[in-house]
Amino acid sequence: MAAPLTVSVVSADREVWAGEATQIIAKTVEGEIGILAGHEPLLAILAHGEVRVTTTDGSKVVVDAAEGFLSVDNNVVQVVAGRASIVA
Amino acid sequence: MGAQLRVYRQKIKSAQTTKKITRAMELIAASRIQKAQARVQASTPYARAITRAVSAVASHSNVDHLLTTEPEKVERAAVLIFSSDRGLAGAFNSNVLREAEQLSELLRNEGKDVVYYLVGRKAQGYFTFRHRPAERIWTGGTDQPLFETAKEIGETLLEAFARDASEGGVDEIHVVYNHFVSMMTQSPRVVRLLPLELVEGVEEPPVPGARIEPLYEFEPDAETVLDRLLPVYVESRIFNAMLQSAASKHAATQKAMKSASDNADTLIRDYTRLANNARQSEITQQISEIVGGADALAN
Repeated sequence: MAAPLTVSVVSADREVWAGEATQIIAKTVEGEIGILAGHEPLLAILAHGEVRVTTTDGSKVVVDAAEGFLSVDNNVVQVVAGRASIVA
Repeated sequence: MGAQLRVYRQKIKSAQTTKKITRAMELIAASRIQKAQARVQASTPYARAITRAVSAVASHSNVDHLLTTEPEKVERAAVLIFSSDRGLAGAFNSNVLREAEQLSELLRNEGKDVVYYLVGRKAQGYFTFRHRPAERIWTGGTDQPLFETAKEIGETLLEAFARDASEGGVDEIHVVYNHFVSMMTQSPRVVRLLPLELVEGVEEPPVPGARIEPLYEFEPDAETVLDRLLPVYVESRIFNAMLQSAASKHAATQKAMKSASDNADTLIRDYTRLANNARQSEITQQISEIVGGADALAN
């Protein structure tokens, strides 16, 4: 298996979640996008919605993000949102 | 009790009461600095992520954006001043206001009109006292700035920036705030917010071993991404200035209140000495009166 993704979810005033994950599904303005390890560098604008993260131990983290963007670079994924909170 | 003695005792009492208050304020400020600093820390990942993203877009596309282009002629400049809602913070507010005055003078000498946007009740007071107009004022909540306020300020400024100077818009925006250097030092800082100076990857010969910036895929496209990113970047800069200013304010209050408590201590000591003197001379006088009286009766 490829190296896991290093994920951090940050909102304007704090870091909401950080850790390693195998898969991320986010909703961009164009539609849903799934990101696995080895994804090409990407910069996408997020639509208001859920970002679902599957962590390396198989559990799921769901974050509600608004007004933000997603960047993928070298297996480092950053979800940056003005407002973000963990739903589950 | 002699009149003199009573006056001194009163002064000691009042200095003691004042000291209790300043001491309490010092402790409150000290605990708030920690919190304010933690908030500055907590907002850093966001600021860093945005800065990285912006420089990524900027270095990968030759998109000209309204917010990054230098206007040909600057007619009106906006100055955004971050002060505090409360005083008792030493030179905190006067520093930032003085810096703003110097900046305005500089801008006026360059032939620009200056309009003001104010944050904090102290700046508001300074302007109303001098009957000077301000375009927009935000008060309340400078101690614990909210991101919503930063967003609102950002939106107002971006809207003014987008308008033409002839229609009441501005061509450039400067920010004056207190930068938190350390617990002991806070220095006023002037930053030009707009037009943005992007730290672009200048065409340099590639350094061996340096990481080559990846080619990004943009969704939907580079222009739209930049269009959305830049306002967010501006807001995050404003939010950072607000947090810095809040932390500086608490540090300045703590310092000011500490020296006030120390001064009260000195006052109490001096007045206690004077009071002791007064008491002693009163006793001496009474004794000599008694002795004198006894002598007079004996003869």
